[in-house]
Amino acid sequence: MYAITFKEFYDSLLEGKLIGMRCLDCGAYTCPPKAVCDECGSKNLEKTLMSGRGRITTFTTTYIAPMGYDKEVPYTVAMVELEEGPWIVGRLEIENADEIGQELLGEEVEVFGKEFPTEMFYPDKKRRVVPIFRLLRKF
Amino acid sequence: MEKRDVAILGVGQTKFGHHPDKTLVDLFAEAFYEAYNESNIELKDIEAIYYGNFVGEMTDGSANLSGFIADEIGLKGIPARRYEAACASSSVAFREAYLAVAYGIHDCVAVGGSERLYNAGTAIGTRALATAVDGLHEMSAGLTFPGVFALATRLYSKKYEIPLEKLREMMAMVSVKNHKYGALNPKAQFHNKFGDLRVEDVLNSKVICSPLTLFDCCPMTDGGSAVIIATADFAEEVIDNPVYILGTGQSGAGGLFRQKEDIIRAIPRKKASEMAFKEANLTPKDVDFVEIHDCFTIAEIIATEAMGFFEYGKGANAVVDGITSIDGDLPVNPDGGLIGKGHPVGATGTSQIYSVVKQLRGEFKYNPVKSAEVGMTDTLGGDFGTLVNIILGIHRRG
Ligand SMILES: [Zn+2]
Repeated sequence: MYAITFKEFYDSLLEGKLIGMRCLDCGAYTCPPKAVCDECGSKNLEKTLMSGRGRITTFTTTYIAPMGYDKEVPYTVAMVELEEGPWIVGRLEIENADEIGQELLGEEVEVFGKEFPTEMFYPDKKRRVVPIFRLLRKF
Repeated sequence: MEKRDVAILGVGQTKFGHHPDKTLVDLFAEAFYEAYNESNIELKDIEAIYYGNFVGEMTDGSANLSGFIADEIGLKGIPARRYEAACASSSVAFREAYLAVAYGIHDCVAVGGSERLYNAGTAIGTRALATAVDGLHEMSAGLTFPGVFALATRLYSKKYEIPLEKLREMMAMVSVKNHKYGALNPKAQFHNKFGDLRVEDVLNSKVICSPLTLFDCCPMTDGGSAVIIATADFAEEVIDNPVYILGTGQSGAGGLFRQKEDIIRAIPRKKASEMAFKEANLTPKDVDFVEIHDCFTIAEIIATEAMGFFEYGKGANAVVDGITSIDGDLPVNPDGGLIGKGHPVGATGTSQIYSVVKQLRGEFKYNPVKSAEVGMTDTLGGDFGTLVNIILGIHRRG
């Protein structure tokens, strides 16, 4: 029933490919995948390769982590607006995000996947694949 | 179907803070008996229980709590159910209870909630709270609750062209205001604490998720709250000061990434409050004060805009101008809010109801809103996953 499963989504991400769904009714893109088109609710969807590029819309550096993530702090979570329209959550591959600050908003990134150990409550008991955003411009 | 007017008979709330020696059941029972004792009814009048709890499994290893609660308070075998909608758990329970009484399923029911996040410790508490974000696509990156509102803060700054440092100062004033009021509230976690907090204290406190600092965040809290509601006709027979439920609304959304830029417009809250205003036949101008879900300073600002009190992008100015202070046009969180009073997640919604009812009855001596006739609550579950608004008043619906 799913055009793409989350397993396929994260498998592809680990190979450096961001996949999504294109709606054959309204043309909108949905990424990460869900059961229906995020725009119009249609199930008339096809799997598609996304460009894997987008712009940072916002970010935060986390200093207090939840149980299971404490070895990773500080880490920077960002939201990126992909070229095709959808927004995704991932981590920004940068050490000093706080020093740069608001200037990072609007910066171009490309996305790839990196595997982390899973934790007690994560839905995937084998692995946790994190979308990583790499800045196209050096800071 | 004919819809009946519904009123609140009694309200109860435990002291918020750390309760190492009380279980989730104990905390609910304590709040329930306070509500029951002022309701002037017999125990057998209560036909059902609507209970809110978020993460009993993670903090206390307990689920399926509603039957134990009914048994504990002497109501063996009556229908009881637990509602889980993150921070909005007991607000959803309250709305369902209201609808059941309004539409004749029951005549008199108990509602409430309890939670023990303080007792669980920060690491478990933070993970437990994070169960309210998208478990797969947001949790993979380790997004936390402060993280959600930190993301919203940067977006708000950019969208409304308020420099981040300026916005942070404006946000800090929310913390200063709510701590000032919370310090006055004898049931607040921070009673007699941080009442003289300054803007610079907020700005210079430990960074949790940049740019949010410790004092931008509400604390982890243990506590319980309860409310007894019945048909307005019955309420008028048994007590002389019923508070009427005038309107309720509920809405929701998927993950933050699906909501995109709308996270700073809180669309589910706009929908829920519009639903509540429509049912109450009122507008934002008719509301004398609100108890709002200020889980973080920026959250209070966004909420006042989405509920229609201020234009989008102007909520921060309203704080600076004193409009949301106790003597302003729209007092926001006179009980201290989540920041000053504490946030026992599943108990928060009905504790907001507690404060609004006390205020409307003129029993809120420590921080009274002058001549208040209509009060409103706003409870946010997760990253806008669930949103509930409730409007209460001292007169029946017009
Ligand atoms: Zn579509």
